[in-house]
Amino acid sequence: MKFMGYRRPDGTVGIRNHVLILPSVTCANRVARGISQNLLGSTWFEHEHGCCQLGVDKELTQRVLVSHGTHPNVYGVVVVGLGCETLRAQDVAEAIKKQCPYKTVELIIIQDEGGSVKATAKGQSAARIMVGEASRMAREAIDASELILGTECGGSDACSGISANPALGEASDLLIDVGGSVILAETTEIIGAEHLVAARAVSKEVKDRCYEVINRCEATVKSMGVDMRGSQPTPGNIEGGLSSIEEKSLGCIYKAGTRPLIDVIDYAMPVRKKGLVWMDTPGQDIVQITGMVAGGCHLVVFTTGRGTCCGSPIAPTIKVASNTALFEKMQDNMDINAGTVITGQETVKQVGQRIFDEMLIMASGKLAKAEILGFNDFALYRIGPTI
Amino acid sequence: MIKAVVMKDVDNVATVVEEINPDSEVSVDVAGKQKTIIILGRVAFGHKFAIKDIENKALVKKYGEVIGVATKDIKAGQHVHVHNLESTRGRGDK
Repeated sequence: MKFMGYRRPDGTVGIRNHVLILPSVTCANRVARGISQNLLGSTWFEHEHGCCQLGVDKELTQRVLVSHGTHPNVYGVVVVGLGCETLRAQDVAEAIKKQCPYKTVELIIIQDEGGSVKATAKGQSAARIMVGEASRMAREAIDASELILGTECGGSDACSGISANPALGEASDLLIDVGGSVILAETTEIIGAEHLVAARAVSKEVKDRCYEVINRCEATVKSMGVDMRGSQPTPGNIEGGLSSIEEKSLGCIYKAGTRPLIDVIDYAMPVRKKGLVWMDTPGQDIVQITGMVAGGCHLVVFTTGRGTCCGSPIAPTIKVASNTALFEKMQDNMDINAGTVITGQETVKQVGQRIFDEMLIMASGKLAKAEILGFNDFALYRIGPTI
Repeated sequence: MIKAVVMKDVDNVATVVEEINPDSEVSVDVAGKQKTIIILGRVAFGHKFAIKDIENKALVKKYGEVIGVATKDIKAGQHVHVHNLESTRGRGDK
């Protein structure tokens, strides 16, 4: 089973060939945007951090930023910094270059250039050259076993657990069976169903890790002193029929199919093993996508019942509607309709096969609607204070 | 046309997958057998109704697992949701 992708000199595989404009600090956002928006073929993101952070929190932010630069979907990077920030742009650029010596990595420091206008112009020149070089690369046939899929559900309703998530679970199993990797994340939305996932762990060590991350997540929730309902599940989930986190989670875990759980990894850590991997992320959609992409997932299949439009700047984010009414109402944003399961027109297995087939087609170059519409959502997971 | 689904045989709720007229009769498949329930009031698309009486403080089951605890006595056919079901997890308020 093959798809058409880009083979990088270090042997890694990409399904896109982006030139990424990467702000190392929030103060560089507008310049990054200005560089990217004036040329075709580049992408950028914005975030709110990179300064006044400490210890492991600072390290995590650095890891997520660097991982977007080293990601195999990215051809080259223009790192933009202000010049005085905690997370120095030169360190981010160096780290990307160290891991991927074959990538073109340029550095723009706004204060050194003499302000935003000059920095934007210099960044555009650098990016313009990179986009030209990137456009010369050709795709080649690559085995589907090299794909890493991120699974996600957002704006769920009660149909998500009946149609879209089980269908995505079928697609997960199909990818794992041909040797690929699948990420199950959003730990909050496993609360109430963790015993079912833990039961599939390949070892006691992995099983213990399941309970460790769930207990840590639930303890964090409880430390706020309130009932989590209303935040998780969200008001939209509740309007859609989900009454509790247990009910939401039991529907969510269907995304992970039926295959054994190989590993439990922390937020944004690299996915190194084949098979099903649980990445400990919050349930917030953008923070989750950012973590899974930082961990190396090539594409995300994202189920929704209420309707969500978001997308990663560097990984195709494929939307699967849980019900036909949503698919028809949000035509511009929904890629696949799983509502045919609800109406009885298709089985879960049939929709699962459709999702898997579409994954390979999109891996080979067909654009997801979120990509066409320019969604470049990115959010950092903070584990420490802003000081 | 299937109006509501029962996910597993031990469940005491069904989920509406096709709009049901308020106060009408619905047939659900429970362990291969058809059960007729009269819907009491309105239960919206995606929402749940009880397929048997559920006592106050009893476990509410869907997907064969616990999804919460009843906070009132619930009659078969009644809407089951946040007004008569509470979660057992993430209760920082308790």
